Amino acid sequence: MRVAVASSGDDLDAPVDMRLGRCANIIVVETDTMNFEVYSNPGALAGTGAGVAAAQVVADAGAEAVIAGNFGINSLRAFSNGGITAYIGSGTVRQAVQALLDDELEAVE
Amino acid sequence: MPEQNKPTVSVAAGKGGTGKTLFATSLAVALNEVNPGQVQLIDCDVEEPNADILLHPQITQQTPVNVLVPEVDLDICTRCGQCAKHCQFSAIAVIRDAVLTFPDLCAACGVCAYVCPTGAITEVNRQVGSVAHGSTVQGIKFVQGRLSVGDQRATPVTKATGSQTDDSMITILDAPPGTACPMQETIEFSDYCILVTEPTPFGLANLEDSVATCQRMGIPCGVVINRDQAGWPGVEDYCAGEGIDILLRIPQDRQIAEAYARGETLADAFPQWRDELVRVYNDVVEALLQTATTKVKE
Ligand code: SF4
Ligand code: SF4
Repeated sequence: MRVAVASSGDDLDAPVDMRLGRCANIIVVETDTMNFEVYSNPGALAGTGAGVAAAQVVADAGAEAVIAGNFGINSLRAFSNGGITAYIGSGTVRQAVQALLDDELEAVE
Repeated sequence: MPEQNKPTVSVAAGKGGTGKTLFATSLAVALNEVNPGQVQLIDCDVEEPNADILLHPQITQQTPVNVLVPEVDLDICTRCGQCAKHCQFSAIAVIRDAVLTFPDLCAACGVCAYVCPTGAITEVNRQVGSVAHGSTVQGIKFVQGRLSVGDQRATPVTKATGSQTDDSMITILDAPPGTACPMQETIEFSDYCILVTEPTPFGLANLEDSVATCQRMGIPCGVVINRDQAGWPGVEDYCAGEGIDILLRIPQDRQIAEAYARGETLADAFPQWRDELVRVYNDVVEALLQTATTKVKE
């Protein structure tokens, strides 16, 4: 499975960012191999619409799930309509992905 | 005063609650006493319009303000993603099989429909606010814009409201507080901007921002000090230093505050203020004539 994680850094040991719309990077992890790709978040510096822009990156990267500390209403609307599940996560990117695989994360509606 | 092209005056303030609307409506009432039926007050504070509370107009007509937003025909759409890629405002997204529009982020620029290779996007009207038209018992023509609840795009409503400015009338524009886009879009319609401030350090900081905005836009401005009381000279010193006219001082006064709370303008509650208010407008006209002549000489 491909999982997108909002992060302030650019590798698996970087922290999960509190907000998807404003995070520096979106790290997309292939959970079978733990290989990852780093996408810079276009919404990081945007005025409004940051959440939608980040959601578009997540979708374009082919992720089926997304993890962040929190989500705005616009990005949640995009994910739920597009069939991408959003989860609240914390710790490092690696820990958050592991928690998801262990079924420990809470999905947001 | 010449019959045509009467100067339009906007009334602005660095923040809400400064007495901006009280001054704007008082000015309109006083001017209407001497120019009956020739005064127009336009409330451009579309996010929180409240000039009606002081003028008690009879509203006779409401016109909707619409913008064009995209609507996607999902049967034609190939999910190519071009629309989302080109939208500067992230107001349209293609999330796997879903195409989503976010009308409150949409700037109605039409780019998405233009770039769509399949013609799946049509532009449809969406109401973002309305403009009310009416008049007061004394015959002041009243216009008031109102942004729809939950909508964030004040610009189209502010512009639709401000564009009701009638050059053949004496027009007073009540601008939104602050110096952001809606304020600038309002004062753009005016020949002169009256800045209402309080004589405090905080008031001065806001005033400096407002003056800078007017200067950048090339709109002459003057100052009205509200809740004036002896004490801190900061605002006076600043205006003297910058060569900005102080047009009027409204004292800190319980009776004025009480009249305001009852929904009365200065001009209604205290007839003695009418001459002063008319004088303010005449000073503005005078100042504009002088700048005009200097410009011609140059
Ligand atoms: S009209 Fe402009 S702002 Fe609105 S969705 Fe289309 S491209 Fe974006
Ligand atoms: S550009 Fe047109 S065809 Fe392509 S995803 Fe957008 S609406 Fe669909």
